[in-house]
This record gives sequence, C-alpha cells and structure tokens, in this order.
Amino acid sequence: MKELALHILDIMENSIRSHASKISVSLIEDTKANLITLVIRDNGHGMDQNTLTRVRDPFYTGQKKRVGIGIPLLEQLTSLCRGNLTITSQPGQGTCVKATFQRDHIDLPPIGNIPETLMVLYASHPDIEIEYEHIVNDGSWSFNTKKMSEELGIRQSQDIFPVLQGIKEWIQYHESQIQKGA
Amino acid sequence: MKITSIDDLKKIKEEAQKSTMLREGKADYKVVVYMGTCGIAAGARQTMSSILDEISKRDLKNVVVTQAGCIGLCDREPLISIEKENEKVLYGDLTPEKARQIIASHVVNGQIIGEWVVHVER
Repeated sequence: MKELALHILDIMENSIRSHASKISVSLIEDTKANLITLVIRDNGHGMDQNTLTRVRDPFYTGQKKRVGIGIPLLEQLTSLCRGNLTITSQPGQGTCVKATFQRDHIDLPPIGNIPETLMVLYASHPDIEIEYEHIVNDGSWSFNTKKMSEELGIRQSQDIFPVLQGIKEWIQYHESQIQKGA
Repeated sequence: MKITSIDDLKKIKEEAQKSTMLREGKADYKVVVYMGTCGIAAGARQTMSSILDEISKRDLKNVVVTQAGCIGLCDREPLISIEKENEKVLYGDLTPEKARQIIASHVVNGQIIGEWVVHVER
C-alpha cells in the first residue's frame, strides 16, 4: 500500500464486514516522541480468542476465500517501521486494532489521501457512524459522519452527492491546518 | 469558494436541494466497487472516488454506489460491476478514467463497453 490512508480504508472494510454500526479512527502524531499511533475501533461482532491468534496468518480468512492479507500487511509495515500491532477483541463487543510507527522512518508511506478514504466509506455506508480524529502534538480536529448527516439532512447515499466534493474540501482544509502543528 | 465550516456545506446542500426537488427517482442501476485488500492496493479507492464524482457532476438520481469484498479475481482489480434488474456486468483492469467512461456509456446511455468486460451474468 502506498499510503497509510489505504491501510486505514482496508482495516475499516474489515469493520464493515463485521457489521459494525460505528467505527472510530484515531491518528495520533507525536513529533517529540517521533511516533505515529493509529487506532481503529469498531462495535462489530468481534472475534473469539481462537480467531484472534490466527488473524496475523496471511492464509487465514473469515470469508469464503483462501487468503486474508489486510492485517498481515499492516503488521509487516509496523515491524518495518519499528512499531507494533496489537489487536484486542471480544465476541459481540467489537474489535480494536492499534498500530504504531516510528514517524520519520524511511519505510513509512505518507499518510495520503484521508478525505478520499473517508468519503468513499461515507458515501457507500451513510448508515454507519464514522468518527475520525487526527491529533498532531497539541492540535487536533475531528469529524463525525452521524453529526454531519444530521446537520446536512443526509438520509441516504444519494443525498451525499451534492455535498460530496464540498465535504472532501472541508476535510482537506482541516487536514492541512492540523499539519501546520507538526 | 473555500469551504472551511459546516455552514459553507449547508449552503451548498440548500442550493442543490432547490434544483433537484422535482426529480426524485428510484435507483435503476447499482454500481458495486470491489474493495478487498487486493482491490484497494490496485486502486479501488481512486476508482470509486471518480465514480462518485462523475455521478455527482452528472447529477444522476437513478444510481446507487456500494462496495463489496474480494471475489477471487485479484489480478483483474480494480473491478466494478454494474447491475440492473437481472443483468450484472463485471468490468476489470480499471482506472479512474475508464470508470468515468463506464458511467457515461453504460449507466447514462445503456451501452456496455465490451472491451473491458470480464463477465456478464443474465
């Protein structure tokens, strides 16, 4: 994957497949500690202990196919960038994936196109609450699709189209503002 | 206009509502973008983004866009399918630009672009 935003999208797809109604993403950049922490939490159907020990195996999948490389790819990237990956999960409670990276590591891809990642998910799943938070040192901003839908009167996918580009620009504006604090 | 607040977005929404009040239609076409890990790595996000953009630019009311996981054709990603009633057309090896052309040709004008089709189910 060429962007962290693509890994984020990939892990969030797992949450959607586990029938989550809420997915929270936190991206925390600490320039002093030279650390990036990515936390993706959902309230989907979760995993039991047995499944949890197998998800890091690229030949394990919960679906009707032969491979499942989303988690192994992210784990590989964390270890390449002197970080680690932890997954906690309870059946019926949801799953939390936490990945850490050395912020200035040469192998760490750029954060990438966050507005596109969020809007692709929002437009196809307006019923799922997506909470996104980006913290850079002392600054932060957040975005919540449920609040956005209430504010703009979005009830279904089609309602998003007129404001799609606008919301993307709005996210982009806040993302560029927050990077000034890095 | 630079969009920096929720109020800016509300204004855009209100403007759009005025012009589309009379044309609420039901969805005729379903566009599915396959977004497994393989799809995402091959560019499914950019493909979907261009589809969403094309639909909003053309102000199409009869289309829904949704996503699905890996279907085992990882080497043909990015894949999308266009579904209408009993017909399902699967397109592969896409780019954002090809996806725009599929919306214009297939969804708007009903012309399947045979060259890019992987499979047709009827």
